Amino acid sequence: MIGLFLGTLRWDDVTFVEFWRTPDLNNAIAAAAAGLLVLGVVATLILLTVRGWWRPLWRDWLTSLDHKKIGIMYVALALVMFARAVAEANVMRAHQATAALDAGLVAPDHFAELFSTHGTIMIFLVAMPLLTGIMNFVMPLQIGARDVSFPLLNAISLMLTAAAAGLVMVSLVLGHFSTGGWSGYPPYTGADISPGEGPDYWIWALTLSSIGSTLTGMNFAVTLYKRRVQGMHLFRMPLFCWTVLCTSILMIFAMAPLTLATLMLWLDRHAGFHFFTVGSGGDMMNFANLFWLFGHPEVYILILPAFGVWSEVFSTFSGKRLFGYLSLVYATMAIAVLSFTVWLHHFFTMGQSANVNAAFGIATMLIGVPTGVKVYDWLLTMMFGRVRLRVPMLFANYFLVTFLLGGVTGVLLANPTVDYGVHNSLFLVAHFHNMLIPGTLFAMLAAIHLWFPKAFGFRLHEGWGRAVFWLMAPGFLLAFMPLYAMGMMGGMRRTAYFSDPLFRPWLWAAEAGAVLILAGFAALVVQIVVSVRRRDALAVPAGDPWDGRSLEWLGPAPAFEFNFAGEPKVEDVDAFTALKAQGEAYRRQETYEDIEMPRNSAVPVVIGALAGLAAFAMVWQAWATAALAFAGVWAVVIGRSFVRDTERTIPAAEVEAAHRAWLADVAAATPVHRRDELTPENRGLAEEPL
Amino acid sequence: MSDVRHPGLNLGTTDSPVHDAAEETVFGFWVLMMSDLALFAVLFATYAAMSVHGIAGGPAPVEIFDLKSTLWQTLALLASSFTFGMAALALKYDDDRRALSLWLGATFVLGALFLGLEARDWARMVTEHGATPQVSGFLSIFYLLTGTHFVHVAAGLLWMLVMAAQLAIFGLDGAVKLRLMRLAIYWHLLDVVWVAIFSFVFLSGLAP
Ligand code: HEM
Ligand SMILES: [Cu+2]
Repeated sequence: MIGLFLGTLRWDDVTFVEFWRTPDLNNAIAAAAAGLLVLGVVATLILLTVRGWWRPLWRDWLTSLDHKKIGIMYVALALVMFARAVAEANVMRAHQATAALDAGLVAPDHFAELFSTHGTIMIFLVAMPLLTGIMNFVMPLQIGARDVSFPLLNAISLMLTAAAAGLVMVSLVLGHFSTGGWSGYPPYTGADISPGEGPDYWIWALTLSSIGSTLTGMNFAVTLYKRRVQGMHLFRMPLFCWTVLCTSILMIFAMAPLTLATLMLWLDRHAGFHFFTVGSGGDMMNFANLFWLFGHPEVYILILPAFGVWSEVFSTFSGKRLFGYLSLVYATMAIAVLSFTVWLHHFFTMGQSANVNAAFGIATMLIGVPTGVKVYDWLLTMMFGRVRLRVPMLFANYFLVTFLLGGVTGVLLANPTVDYGVHNSLFLVAHFHNMLIPGTLFAMLAAIHLWFPKAFGFRLHEGWGRAVFWLMAPGFLLAFMPLYAMGMMGGMRRTAYFSDPLFRPWLWAAEAGAVLILAGFAALVVQIVVSVRRRDALAVPAGDPWDGRSLEWLGPAPAFEFNFAGEPKVEDVDAFTALKAQGEAYRRQETYEDIEMPRNSAVPVVIGALAGLAAFAMVWQAWATAALAFAGVWAVVIGRSFVRDTERTIPAAEVEAAHRAWLADVAAATPVHRRDELTPENRGLAEEPL
Repeated sequence: MSDVRHPGLNLGTTDSPVHDAAEETVFGFWVLMMSDLALFAVLFATYAAMSVHGIAGGPAPVEIFDLKSTLWQTLALLASSFTFGMAALALKYDDDRRALSLWLGATFVLGALFLGLEARDWARMVTEHGATPQVSGFLSIFYLLTGTHFVHVAAGLLWMLVMAAQLAIFGLDGAVKLRLMRLAIYWHLLDVVWVAIFSFVFLSGLAP
C-alpha cells in the first residue's frame, strides 16, 4: 500500500546516507553538492521569512501574469541553474586534469552523471529559459503590445520549466540522475543496462520542459501574428522579433519528436514495449532519428534568438540602422527551414549509405550560407557607424570572430568522411561549445546588459561588466581550444580518464579556462550586487539609456505595467528613432483610456507544483501519487475554466498619472551625448541626433 | 464584419464581438493543434518503419486486423463529425440551446461508441492472438499510435462534459462559444487523424 505512494524510494537513496555508509572522496563530493543545495534552499527560506518577502514574492511575482515579470523569472531561474552546471563543468575539468595518473576526484559513474546533468541543465534549464525569458520580456514591448496572447499559459510554461529544474535539483539529494548523457541513447538507458531511477529523472525533466516550450512557441507565434500595434507590419518588426517568430515555429514543431522519444523510452523501460530494445523488433535507430529530429532544430532554437540579440546590439551600439534588414529576415527563415533537413549529421557513422550521408552533409553545409550572410550584414552595420564598445558590443565583436571559428569546424564536421574521424571526440565537444558559449550564452549576457535598465530602472555597472567579459572571453578560448587539439589526437568525449601524458598540458589549460569562466560568473553576481547598491547613480528613469531604436525604449524604466499609455505610432523599422526624430517620443496624450489587464492567478504555480510532483512520483514508480497529482493538474485546468472574473481594469486616471509622472522625469533629465552614456548624467534621455 | 478570420466556422455577423475575439483565440488553438499533428506525424513515421521491420516473429498486421470492426469505428467517428458540424451550425444560427445540446449529446454518444468498439478490438487482438504491445516492435507502435488517438478522443469526451456543465451554468455566452469552436476543431482534427490511421494502418496493412 505504502509502495503505491512512495514507490521505490528508500532511505538509502538519500545522498547523505550513501556518504554515511561509504565515506570516500567520490561520495563526499556528491554529499557536498547535495548539502550546498539543501543549505541554499534553507537560507532562501530563512531570508524570505526574516525579511517578510513571502507576500511580495507571491503577490508581485509568482502569481503575476505580466510578461515582463515572467521573463525576469525565467532569467533568474536560468542563472541559478547555470551556477550548478558551470560548477559541474569545473568538477569535470578538475577531475580530468588530475585523473590522468591516479583515481582523480570522482568515480567513473559519477563523472557520467556529471556530464549528463551538465549537458541536460545547460541546454534545457539554462539556455532555453534564458532565451525564453529574454523573448518574453522584450518581444511584446518591441511590437507595441500590452502582453502576450495567452498570459496565463505563459505563466504555466514558466512553472513547468521551474518544475523540471526542481526535478533535476532533487536528483542531487534523492537517488541519481541519468548517466546516459544529455541525449540519453538507448539501449544504454534501457531497463537492462540502466535499471535505476537515473534515466527516469532525465525523461521526466525533459518532458516537463518540452511541454513548457511547446506552449511558449505557440504563445509567441500567435502574439507576433495577432498583437502587433497598428502600423507594425511584419517587415517593420525589429529583427529580434523575426528571430522570435522563427524560434517559436521551431518550438511548435520540434518538441513533439522529443516528447515522443522520451515517452517511448519510458514505455520500453517500464511497460515492456520494444521501441528501442535490442531484439523483439526494437530498433535503436528509431531513437536516434526521433531525438535528432528534435535535436537539430533545437540548436537553432538556441541560436536564432541570439542572432536577434546580436542584430539589436550591433545597430544600437553603432548608432546606425541595421544593414541588410531584408536579407537578415530571409536568412533567418532559411535557417529555420533548413534546420529540419539536417538531423542525420548527428549519426553519420550509424550505418546509412554513403549517398544518404552525402545528401545530409551537403544540406548541413548549406546552412553556412545564410549564416554567412548574417555575419556580413553585422560587419556592414558597424562600417561607417559610430561604434561604442559597451559591454554588449564587446561580446558581439568577440562573437563574430569566435563564432566564425565554430562555424568553420561545423562545416568540417558536416563532411561525413571527416566526421568518421572525429565523431564523438573532444573535437565535437569543442565545436558545440564554440557555438553555444560565444553564440547563445554570450548573446544572452549581452541581452541582459542591454535590457536590464528597462527591467529594473538602472544600468548595470559597466566596469564589472567588462570584468565579466575579460574573464569569460579568454576563459572560453582557454577552455575549449585545447579540446580541438585533443580531439584530433584521438581524445573521446565522455571519457573519465586520459592516461596519455601528452594530454596533460591541454587538460590543465582547459581546467584553467573553466576556472576563468567560473570567475566570470562570479563577477556577474558581484556586478548585479554592486549595481543594485549604486542604483541611484545608475538610474535611467526617462527610459532610453542607449539611444535605442525600437519601441521597447519608449516609456519609462522600469516599464509601465501596461507597457504603453496609448498606442505608439509606427512608421519605420526603427520606430522609436523615427519618433525621436519627429519630436514625438515624449508627447503628452490628449486622452487616456481604461486598460484591461489579466488578474493575478495562483493556477500556474499549482499546476507547476502538481506536474512536478507527478513527474517525481513517476521517477520513483509511485504510481498512486503520480496518478493523483496528474489528475490534480487537470482538475485545476478544468476548475480554472469556470472562473469568469479574470481581468481587471486600470482606470484611465491612473494611466494618465503614470504617464505624466514619466513625462516629468523626462523633463527633469538633461539629454546626454553618447560620449557621456556611462556617466550618472545619463538619466535615460538621449541627445537629439545631428 | 463578414470576413473570414480563421479557418473553420466563423461567427461573422451573428455574434461580432465573439467573432473578433475568435481571431486570436482560435488561431492560437490551430497553432497548438499543428504541434499535435506533428506528434501524430512522427508516430506515423515510426509506424511506417516498425510495421515492416519490427514484426520479429510476432503476428503481422494481416493476421490481427479486422476490417469490419475498424470500418464501424470509422463510421461512428465520421458520423460524430457530422453531428458536431450540426452542433456548430446550431451554435452559429440558433438561439435555441436545445438543438445545440442535442447534437453535442449525439456526438458524445458516437464518440463513446467509437471508444468502445476500439477497446473491443484491442481486447480481441490480445485474447485471440496474444497480440500485446510487449510482443514486438510493430505491436508496440501500433498500440502507441492508436492509443494516442484513443486518449485524445477520450479527452474530447471529457471536454464535452465540461462544456455541458458550462452551458448549463453560463448559458451560451462568448467564452462558452469560443471553447465550443475550439472543441470543434479538435474533434474534426481527430477525425482526420483517424482517417489517416484507417487508411495507412488498417487498409494498407490488410492490402495483399
Ligand atoms: C561555461 C563553461 C563550460 C564548460 C567548462 C563546459 C565543460 C564541459 C565538459 C567538460 C563537458 C564534458 C565533455 C565530455 O563529454 O568529455 C561538457 C559537455 C557538454 N556541455 Fe558544457 N561546458 C560549459 C558550458 C556549456 C554551455 C553554456 C552549454 C550549453 C548551453 C553546454 C552544453 C554541454 C553539453 C550539451 C554537453 C554534452 C553532455 C553530454 O555529453 O551528454 N556546456 N561541457
Ligand atoms: Cu545538428
